Amino acid sequence: MNRVWSVLRWREFPVAFALVALIIVTYSVNPAFLAAQGVKDLMLNATILVILAAGQTLVLVTENVDLSVGSVLGLTAYSVGVLFAVFPGIPIIAVFIIAILLGGVLGAINGLLVSVAKVPALVITLGTLYIYRGINNAWAGGKQYFAGDRPEAFGDLSVQTILGIPLITLIALVILAIVAIYLAGTRSGRDLYAIGSDSDAAKLYGVPVTKRIFSVFVANGLLAGLAGVLYASRFNSVGATTGDGIELQVVAAAVVGGVAISGGVGTVVGAALGGLLLTTITSSLTAMRVDKFWQQAVVGVLILSAVVIDRVSSLRTTRRLRVSEARNV
Amino acid sequence: MTLHPDEGSSLPHAANEPVIPLLTLIGAAKTFGPVVALGDGEIEILPGEIHALVGENGAGKSTLVKILAGVYHPDAGEFAVDGKSVQFRGVADSKAVGISVIYQEPTLFPDLTVAENIFMGRQPRGRMGLIDRGAMREAAAELFATLGVPIDPDRVAEGLSIADQQIIEIAKAISIQAKVLIMDEPTAALSGVEVDRLFSVARNLRDAGSGILFISHRFDEVFNLCDRITVMRDGRYIATHQTADVTIDKIVKEMVGRDIDQLFPKVVAELGKPMLEVTGLSRAGVFHDIDFEVRAGEIVALAGLVGSGRTEVARAVFGVDPYDAGKVVVNGRPLRPSSSKAAMAAGIGLVPEDRRKQGLVMDLSVARNATLTLRHALSKMGIISGRKERILAADWTKTLQVKAGSLDNEVSTLSGGNQQKVVLAKWLATKPKLLIVDEPTRGIDVGTKSEVHRLLSDLAGQGIAILMISSELPEVLGMADRVLVMHEGRITANLSRAEATPESVMRAATASVEATA
Repeated sequence: MNRVWSVLRWREFPVAFALVALIIVTYSVNPAFLAAQGVKDLMLNATILVILAAGQTLVLVTENVDLSVGSVLGLTAYSVGVLFAVFPGIPIIAVFIIAILLGGVLGAINGLLVSVAKVPALVITLGTLYIYRGINNAWAGGKQYFAGDRPEAFGDLSVQTILGIPLITLIALVILAIVAIYLAGTRSGRDLYAIGSDSDAAKLYGVPVTKRIFSVFVANGLLAGLAGVLYASRFNSVGATTGDGIELQVVAAAVVGGVAISGGVGTVVGAALGGLLLTTITSSLTAMRVDKFWQQAVVGVLILSAVVIDRVSSLRTTRRLRVSEARNV
Repeated sequence: MTLHPDEGSSLPHAANEPVIPLLTLIGAAKTFGPVVALGDGEIEILPGEIHALVGENGAGKSTLVKILAGVYHPDAGEFAVDGKSVQFRGVADSKAVGISVIYQEPTLFPDLTVAENIFMGRQPRGRMGLIDRGAMREAAAELFATLGVPIDPDRVAEGLSIADQQIIEIAKAISIQAKVLIMDEPTAALSGVEVDRLFSVARNLRDAGSGILFISHRFDEVFNLCDRITVMRDGRYIATHQTADVTIDKIVKEMVGRDIDQLFPKVVAELGKPMLEVTGLSRAGVFHDIDFEVRAGEIVALAGLVGSGRTEVARAVFGVDPYDAGKVVVNGRPLRPSSSKAAMAAGIGLVPEDRRKQGLVMDLSVARNATLTLRHALSKMGIISGRKERILAADWTKTLQVKAGSLDNEVSTLSGGNQQKVVLAKWLATKPKLLIVDEPTRGIDVGTKSEVHRLLSDLAGQGIAILMISSELPEVLGMADRVLVMHEGRITANLSRAEATPESVMRAATASVEATA
């Protein structure tokens, strides 16, 4: 009985429950939804969002936010297109490394501005969102690079599967595991929660707050760079508007998955489940022939329910406070 | 402990051998803008001693602690650890040499578990260098067993009572096995049994060779526990004594020792009818059975230590916080509870303790702030008349001699003293019958301080009843017609101006002697 309760109180429980319920309902309406190709599509659709959500979780946990990830993804995806076009025969691994490092540099700029200028990350990254996008526009102009310009082996990353799981999804799962272990199992990972929970207290503990915040922005940039490479593999064209607006989906995925905007709470597994839920809803509403217009409203309802669930659970903690205080009277 | 394996417990009183102090700080100074928080701080902690640091609120004890902890960088002073000169760049440096601090206000991470709060940054590691949660939980449970408290290591820190939070801070400090453990009023929130356990832990640490700096207002504890006592006053070091050689009276004299009457020329006003009558006011866990009255023209001081419930009583009277039982009567009429609107309508003004957070809107102009309470009277159809606002604000700022470049300047550009005058102006503009002022001169330079005092005295002379909460003993004794002293949520003394002496107020506030009511 205790074990059941502890699962029910698990922060990621609501989103996991919603995901399972959604899949069951959709399957019962349209069994083709869970055919092999359907499952593969679900995974492919979620992959890029899941990687971005994992990176965003690192940032959100410290009570910051990075809105520039869509633009970082756009710039890195476009640079992948350019690399293959300008240097035909460049090794795929080199493209990965260059694009990921580019993402890291863009993330480091965010990190420097946030930790040195002491301006809220929301404002800084809103600024870099437009700056990075502007650079992308200036660089690409109207030009687009298509899958045909890239080696077949690169595109195969999103086609080939192992045990029915696409290669890029496997990459996302490995990333997810690494970030999850880092956040839960290392001292510096726990520092991030301390900073997000109460940054003044963290300073009194001697936690290197500035350094850690800088690092999470760099890490998030690296992951957004990786997401950019995978985007170029998965989708046909990359250009000036690639990844436009995806940052809001990323934040939505994390929040739906139980990562608190106010910092200190949440896991990458939750954020990944949130990302999977958001992409699955789109597919399943299509499978159930629900009007496209409703899909965004459903996402909105999900975000609000996540917030309400969070609020209710924190009210219950407050009630416990009274009990605990009564001890001294 | 591990740091002094061969020195051991024989050290503390071996007077012949030269003992290298664990820590010495001489001539420490720290100023914040115009406010001198510490003028000449000095402390020496020997291995194997429990050293008390005493002084009134505002004597500079907490500033001294924060310098030792590496939170503040002193403007001047010599600092040595183990006889070697050191300079801390931050908290991490202080930790690295083995200094551990339990702060007056617990600083926990509300979202993290209790066990993690204890071991943050030093979590036990198991396989592959990853955190071993099982070991961490067990170690936390063990610490709680030593302390004899039933706290679940797996629960989050949010929602813990202050006492439990303090116990977690203590558990943390013990687990670090610090060379120097600093405890800034650790017992303020603890019950008797918990205090006893804390003391036995402190004695064990001392016997193992650690040095402990113990800050407390409770003299019984200080004399019970400590080997030496250092007294501070007004940001300065006064003296250090062997506990065996001094009496409470001597310490209290050293803590207070100054000529009070010169600073506070008190105008004795004619007392009118009771403006505020409070009977049996209680709120579970916060304050109990509070009875008092304030008459027109009277200044009643509500004294006591920080955390004794003074501010909470004021907030309940003003209707910001609810209360469980009791009655508040203003000017002969019962006051509706939990409604600050009703309180304002009945003629109460509240000048809060934290003017930056509660008293002023820092980004608005001086004029807008000074007239904030009157925005209904100044507006026509919901639109505030800027002209009327300026006329009224100019009036009050002139009366109160607010030094502002222009009424259009943002309040945040004024000095602390002038900000306080703007808050006063804001409430005086409502023509209150009863004014509650919470720490009216905290963080204000000495010159402006006496202006605020003169102002309060004048207001009382005009027949306004004033309830003044203050932690500064000289202010309490100099200004008040009557002194109510609170201790742990109860009024422990009701002293007339003649009865109120530093000793009588301090004793009631620390409840070291049963007070005469």
